[in-house]
Amino acid sequence: MGKRVGMEVSIAAAEAVKQANVDVISAYPITPQTHIVEHLSDLVANGEMDADFFCVESEHSALSVCVGSEATGARSFTCTSSQGLALMSEITYIASGLRLPIVMILANRTLSAPLSIWNDHSDVMSIRDCGWIQFFVENGQEVYDHVFISYRLAEDRKVLLPVIINMDGFTLSHVIEPFEMIEQEKIDQFLPPYQPLYRLHPDHPITMGAFALPSIFAETKKAQEVVIRSSMPKISEVWKAFGDMTGRYYNPIETYKAEDAETLLVTMGSLGETASVAVDRMREEGRSVGLVKIRLWRPFPFEDFKQVALKAKDLVVIDRAISVGMGGPVASELKAALYGYDSRPSVYNFVAGISGRDVAPSDFIKMVDKAEIEIEEGNKEGYELYGVRE
Amino acid sequence: MTKPESEWTWKELPVGNVVLEPGNASQYRTGDWKSLKPVLTQEKCIHCGLCYIFCPDMAYNLNEEGYFIADLYYCKGCGICAKECPTGAISMVEEET
Amino acid sequence: MTENLNVYAVRMLTQKEYFAPGHRACQGCAEVLAVRLAAKALGRNVIVANATGCMEIVSSPLPFTSWKVPWFHVAFENTAAVASGIESGLKVLMRKGRIPSKKIVTIAMGGDGGTADIGLQALSGALERGHDFTYICTDNEAYMNTGIQRSSSTPFGASTTTSPAGKAAMGQVTWKKNMPAIAAAHNIPYVATACPSYPIDLVQKVKKAADIKGPAYVHILSVCPTGWRSAPELSIKLGRLAVETGVFPLYEVERGQYRMSMDFPKLRPIKEYFKLQGRFRHLTDDMIEEIEKRLHQEYEQLREKAKKGV
Repeated sequence: MGKRVGMEVSIAAAEAVKQANVDVISAYPITPQTHIVEHLSDLVANGEMDADFFCVESEHSALSVCVGSEATGARSFTCTSSQGLALMSEITYIASGLRLPIVMILANRTLSAPLSIWNDHSDVMSIRDCGWIQFFVENGQEVYDHVFISYRLAEDRKVLLPVIINMDGFTLSHVIEPFEMIEQEKIDQFLPPYQPLYRLHPDHPITMGAFALPSIFAETKKAQEVVIRSSMPKISEVWKAFGDMTGRYYNPIETYKAEDAETLLVTMGSLGETASVAVDRMREEGRSVGLVKIRLWRPFPFEDFKQVALKAKDLVVIDRAISVGMGGPVASELKAALYGYDSRPSVYNFVAGISGRDVAPSDFIKMVDKAEIEIEEGNKEGYELYGVRE
Repeated sequence: MTKPESEWTWKELPVGNVVLEPGNASQYRTGDWKSLKPVLTQEKCIHCGLCYIFCPDMAYNLNEEGYFIADLYYCKGCGICAKECPTGAISMVEEET
Repeated sequence: MTENLNVYAVRMLTQKEYFAPGHRACQGCAEVLAVRLAAKALGRNVIVANATGCMEIVSSPLPFTSWKVPWFHVAFENTAAVASGIESGLKVLMRKGRIPSKKIVTIAMGGDGGTADIGLQALSGALERGHDFTYICTDNEAYMNTGIQRSSSTPFGASTTTSPAGKAAMGQVTWKKNMPAIAAAHNIPYVATACPSYPIDLVQKVKKAADIKGPAYVHILSVCPTGWRSAPELSIKLGRLAVETGVFPLYEVERGQYRMSMDFPKLRPIKEYFKLQGRFRHLTDDMIEEIEKRLHQEYEQLREKAKKGV
């Protein structure tokens, strides 16, 4: 059993990066990710971590530095939020196309305008298609754990894809939570040094990043699509190995009291913990409500999700971002996943918790109440922004 | 021999679409681009090597007799060699079609 | 007048080529010649990070490559950042004993657009952080790869597709951005300008830049017959004229000390340079006179700096 400590989640995340023996860290400060990079630079400055740390001149350069160092075979890390992610988004597509196993912690924060430093998922929703494997974590322990899981998964020769760990900014990054730290020997065994398939080195000169004509481009994208989809078994394998080591097992879709539920709440990220309190309360009142938490966002776990969702009558999907003019992005994707099934549940979409506005258990109860009524009355649109003052 | 891009299947592509064979562009015949080709008058050549140094297409090679000869497989017929030759030993001549 | 080139010069330039023929550059492209010569200067123990641009496109059409050294293209504006990453990746791997320690030079290569415009931020950051790398800017004075659009390196009066000469305008209305001065302002150990028309000078400067510890910047004038609307066989002559008229002086700045690589008792009239290029065809004699006056002023300032050793 590892050491149990109380620690700020950002600090624990930085400790995980240290324990993962990362070689190069390159980042640009942006609220609420700052504590992660500050602690990392402390660790390097105190000689507790042997890595090169750069506070670069922009997020675009932060990810570019990681792309450069990863290509030489150095384990690289960056972290950012919101505007920083938007700025480096060009490079996110490139990093996955080049198959570089960079790991990034995203302290989810809303995108401007208006400027806001508080938490929601609009930043990561803007790069849904970028080709990175994407996890959503619910609490601090999961952030810490997923640093090791992500590197081991990313660097696997059958995967070789970059990974994003989404953790809610402020809600997670700035709170003190209990952690069970893992002993270094166990981590070293779980996560061996990175052995790149291809690296930039004069002994075997290769060209990386050639341009592709239309006659070959589609083939390159097919190769990329196949790889990310077929990484599912590898993701389960790494999660299992991690569970065997620590006793904490993770799954693409987590459920809470969902087996016989008629109505299922669907959340991603830290809202899951609050929602489970609401589910407990509703169950006490005898209501048939359960909770589905999406942990693996990309590649989307269609099979795991359908197995749970098709058993329910109603889904109440809580989005923390708006695809402005369209609706909640998660709800849209879930509806698409369920489209082909006649027995599909009704989907009611709430957008809540925008820019860090608190979502309490009572809010979840109100949302379920509202959804059930609306679905009963045959509301076809099934979408609303929760809690907006009219 | 690297196949042209239109013949590759997606399974054949290396991870990350890296090109593993350094300098394989040398398979490509840029010599088809020219309409003029360089012709050397050996008696005028002073072996200075400027044609070799200034060729943007690395088309000049030294032969056993010490003359630089243009490789018409690559030569694009730009005429730099003829222009820079200090003795005017190279002239650009129309390619026969 | 060429450099003192003789038989020995050819021997000096190693016969080994690190850039393969079969690349798709235009006829008479002096930029690819600059890259070829730089590659000769650098040898095999390098890793090159390249910006999007002419040189990247002509040298790397999947599945072919002209590069015989490790080469990496990522995006347009981040070459200096990618090079920073390569340099530090190598450093850490060697420090941790994961790869054997040996000298591997990190090179960043970009065009004028990718250096002076969109890439300026990344370049400034990399120079400020003091990475041990060499940035080579091949300057053909416009965004040539996308169709000859103006950049901040386009000279005053030049006609490009986005600064065309017309009835109401006379081409580029701003003066060419002085990139070597911007690089020198970062107090880096070495800055140099070079031109493939002076191949030995170029090779020596690139070698020096690669050997120096810390950031180095080499700015190479690349004559582009397609964009400058000049005859392809004149590319070397035009480079020479650019230097001889004072349009593109060859100099080095070593630890803040300026040194002219080549100076002329009297600069050639700029008309000789302009008249061979279609992009200056529309300039009137008055405009040419004004341009020449300012160019001579700047050349004098450069001479002064070199004299003072400042």
